[in-house]
Amino acid sequence: MIKLLKIVSTLLAACLTLGLLSPSAQAELTIEIVGGAAQQIPIAVVPFAQGTSQQAQVADIINADLRRSGLFRALETRGVANQPHDAAEVRFAEWAALQAQALAIGHVETLQGNRLKVTFRLLDVVKQSQLLGQEFNIAPGQLRLTAHRIADLIYQKLTGEIGVFASRISYVSKIKGRYALQVADADGFNPQTVVSSGEPIISPAWSPDGGQLAYVSFEKKKPVIYVQSLISGRRIVLANFKGNNSAPSWSPDGRKLAIVLTYAANSQIYTINADGTGLKQLTYSSTIDTEPAWSPDGKWIYFTSDRSGNPQIYRTSALGGDAQRVTFSGSYNVSPDVSPDGKLLAFINREGGSFRVAAQELSSGQMQILSDTAQDESPSFAPNGRMILYATSKGGKGTLAAVSADGRVKQRLSDTGGDVREPAWGSLVN
Amino acid sequence: MNKHLIGSVLLSLLLGACSSSPIKDLPKVEDKSPASANAGVAPEASGAQTSGQASDSSSSVNPLKDPNNILSKRSVYFDFDKYEVKSEYRPVVDAHAKYLLEHPAAKVTLQGNCDDRGSREYNLALGQRRSVAVKKVLNLSGVQDKQIETVSYGEEKAHTNCADETCFAQDRRADVFYENE
Repeated sequence: MIKLLKIVSTLLAACLTLGLLSPSAQAELTIEIVGGAAQQIPIAVVPFAQGTSQQAQVADIINADLRRSGLFRALETRGVANQPHDAAEVRFAEWAALQAQALAIGHVETLQGNRLKVTFRLLDVVKQSQLLGQEFNIAPGQLRLTAHRIADLIYQKLTGEIGVFASRISYVSKIKGRYALQVADADGFNPQTVVSSGEPIISPAWSPDGGQLAYVSFEKKKPVIYVQSLISGRRIVLANFKGNNSAPSWSPDGRKLAIVLTYAANSQIYTINADGTGLKQLTYSSTIDTEPAWSPDGKWIYFTSDRSGNPQIYRTSALGGDAQRVTFSGSYNVSPDVSPDGKLLAFINREGGSFRVAAQELSSGQMQILSDTAQDESPSFAPNGRMILYATSKGGKGTLAAVSADGRVKQRLSDTGGDVREPAWGSLVN
Repeated sequence: MNKHLIGSVLLSLLLGACSSSPIKDLPKVEDKSPASANAGVAPEASGAQTSGQASDSSSSVNPLKDPNNILSKRSVYFDFDKYEVKSEYRPVVDAHAKYLLEHPAAKVTLQGNCDDRGSREYNLALGQRRSVAVKKVLNLSGVQDKQIETVSYGEEKAHTNCADETCFAQDRRADVFYENE
């Protein structure tokens, strides 16, 4: 089953909380959903009463979010006579006839001072009862974010898991030889350029509070690590030591980063405070140690090392000490990322000539190949652990894709403006 | 017309640097004009010859730029996920070692590169290992660290649309760059 969902962005939708970032011109993202969960929840989201607002229809955004998760079947509502916006207007029989299990309705009112009030209800069609009811008093620029929040509420109520539609992603785009580090909503809308350069930018990493990005830029003709505030746009040089400075990864408390330096000789892992002080070497090998990734409890650092003769994933205590090998299947396992619950390790596995996203259960060591693409890089867990965002290649161009942690749901996201790569999924927006 | 010639010579040199095949088919350019002898240098320098340097350059070609000299070979190629300098590249590296020993003021940057498959960060580390591997061969011949800088661009300069191994193999290399060239 293939559903194609085409979304064209509104270029001028400036995100107010990111006022200092520049809205990006290359803003068209297409999301293609392949496959889905074995059982999808049928839901009807009735277009919200919104007056003559020029803004996007809240129900469209909710429907797109729920569809993209692969866990919902968003039903076509236009053929139904009953178009309720409030609880009293609902005729459940018509929605039961459509075989909807849940019904979402709502309306948007303009308040004094140009603010908006968004009212939303989620109803159980079978039990004919209300599951959720909520009001949001918002600035006009927050309507899209509010729609994502409503989708998150629906998702959480009906699946029992935390929704991540209101989260953000970052990635690097390359257009006509110019690199741009961008942040966008999880659905690809509102892309904003954080920094751009004629030299490569790689390895963006979100701070746990979502307020800062660490990244590696080659603008000084060598890899240097920067940390940049997304609120003020200001940045500091985190590490510019002799040799390469790369692979930043934030500790879960946001106070430190694990980084990789070739300061002494070969690539080794160090920790450094978020203000660039307190450098401490963590690994001591004569081989490549790189791509550190913290466990969510902050106790372990997973990393890639070729100490066995080919790259495999190891872990060491965040305080240093001996490393234990974690991956054993195949001769090339790289780019570890630990799931938010600490149970799964996502990484890239090479089998033959194919580089694919794999996940390994850390307790059992059981590994599963998740993606069906062939040149995959940089897996990054969603903040709820359900999806894994990664970079792949299509027709010689970099593109982003996502796969669910069980391999059932697959999405492709492509920025039509150029090459995209190096995705990182940020934390939830509060 | 000179500019055109310089461009084609530059292109030939670049192509030569990207290939492990012999460069003997290159057109002979060294005795055409003073400008062509300096083809690898910035074009404006060659266009502004004033001193007696011009008359000398036709007879003493810069060995680093002479396509008939092994020093014009600047690339060492590696196997997938490997950073050992293969014996077939020892003559090239040894020639640069000899040059550096004879020219103590000369400095080189060794830039490691990878093909574009796999992890960017791992490839950055691997590219560094490749540049360091070449440095160690230079060190064996007695070249001091102060004449050598090692850097890595990982897979950032690699072809992005390789369809076969021949193409990938072109990207797995360490390049020798002399200071000011």
